[in-house]
Amino acid sequence: MDAEGIERSLTRIAYEILERNKGTDNLIIIGIRKGGISLAERLREKISAIEGTEIMSGTLDITLYRDDVLTTGKRPAIEKTYIPFPLDHKRVIIVDDVLFTGRTIRAAMDALMDFGRPELIQLAVLIDRGHRELPIRADFIGETLPSSLWENISVNLTDNRDTDEVVIEES
Amino acid sequence: MGAQAGLFTSGWRLRNTMDLSKKDMLGIIDLPKDEIDLILDTAESFKEISTRTIKKVPTLRGKTVITLFFEASTRTRTSFEIAAKRLSADTINISASTSSVVKGETLIDTARNLESMNPDIIIIRHSAAGAAHILAGLLKQSIINAGDGAHEHPTQALLDMLTIREKKGTIEGLRIAIVGDIAHSRVARSNIYGLTKMGADVAVCGPAMMMPRDIDQMGVSVYYKMEDAIKDADVVMMLRIQLERQGKNLFPSLREYANLFSLNRDNIRLAKDDVIVMHPGPINRGVEITPEIADGPHSVILEQVTNGVAVRMALLYLLSGGRK
Repeated sequence: MDAEGIERSLTRIAYEILERNKGTDNLIIIGIRKGGISLAERLREKISAIEGTEIMSGTLDITLYRDDVLTTGKRPAIEKTYIPFPLDHKRVIIVDDVLFTGRTIRAAMDALMDFGRPELIQLAVLIDRGHRELPIRADFIGETLPSSLWENISVNLTDNRDTDEVVIEES
Repeated sequence: MGAQAGLFTSGWRLRNTMDLSKKDMLGIIDLPKDEIDLILDTAESFKEISTRTIKKVPTLRGKTVITLFFEASTRTRTSFEIAAKRLSADTINISASTSSVVKGETLIDTARNLESMNPDIIIIRHSAAGAAHILAGLLKQSIINAGDGAHEHPTQALLDMLTIREKKGTIEGLRIAIVGDIAHSRVARSNIYGLTKMGADVAVCGPAMMMPRDIDQMGVSVYYKMEDAIKDADVVMMLRIQLERQGKNLFPSLREYANLFSLNRDNIRLAKDDVIVMHPGPINRGVEITPEIADGPHSVILEQVTNGVAVRMALLYLLSGGRK
């Protein structure tokens, strides 16, 4: 997937979110950790532009909710979580770049539940690469990329959007 | 998991992994600068948890944290307890006066008995320097030194450094004055080690009989007059004064001490206009610090307390599990 492809997928996802939720009432877009944050920001911009209103957004670091947080040899860095409003009655769209085993999303949902009781949670991802280890699925998908377990898929987004790319590497 | 982000604008330092090199936190003297940065950065992330409605994350669920305090302390012990509980750990508090120590059990036996109950982290405060180090050498658990005699109090220095970094943006190049009974203060010692490591210009001040003999080797400027020490200071750290130490009076009276070494609205003008005033607590109002300074706009004393919980959460997290 190249920069244009990413851009088109995000536009489509923005429209899908609006269609499914019939507008922007109580909508909050929350980006996960590193990968989902700039995607969430782009989605927020697009949705705001389409509807002409500002959408609430936040960022979520799920490191402390991971099921392997104390057992992996080197722990991932903790970044900031910024959700400055209670989530009661809100429609939360969580955004991540790649959906793989589903464990990150499980952790994200546990984290979100500590911030209130959302009306619903929907998941938007740019890439679904399969290999789920938990019963988790995405509501909005940019592209489904079947992959093998020996591959590493990265979404590289830059400030200069012309060089955005999705890369598959042998790991 | 294959997701990696490329570069995007963010004010935060990007790290991929983080670990402390030792299983214990015993002192600042051997703590490398990059590990101090790691602890402070992690603590900043943990601050946010204490502002949530549900002030808890499941990270240390099922872990047992024991606080073993042979010296009285409400503030430090409570801070550790809150930190552990916010990480969902189970906490047990043991005070010397109610424990088997009264029955004559040695420190080492107390510790070995605790070890057999499989705690994960032991936090110890003791009046003898090196007590925490003894436990660290004997037990496989992570040991955190909450103060050993007049030697070190690393978590206090870390929370002080976090506070300074937060208020001033950086520690490097700041002029920091520490005033009080330097010789008997573990807070002063740990702060001196830490702040000099981080590149600050540290000045210490106190009466001559309260200055440690090896102060010249600690990389600080030494003053015996407040006015000289706090001139142009960015940070002034006042230490709690105790007149009686081991049965000896070190100073004729509190009033005389206060006349010479307290921070008040007159001498604070010698420091920079945006100086911050710190104190590890508990404050002796009217002795080392006047009430109007303690409660005034320069004071960050209460922020130190908030940062104390965050720093202790960060340490508990960084010292837990995952060690190969």
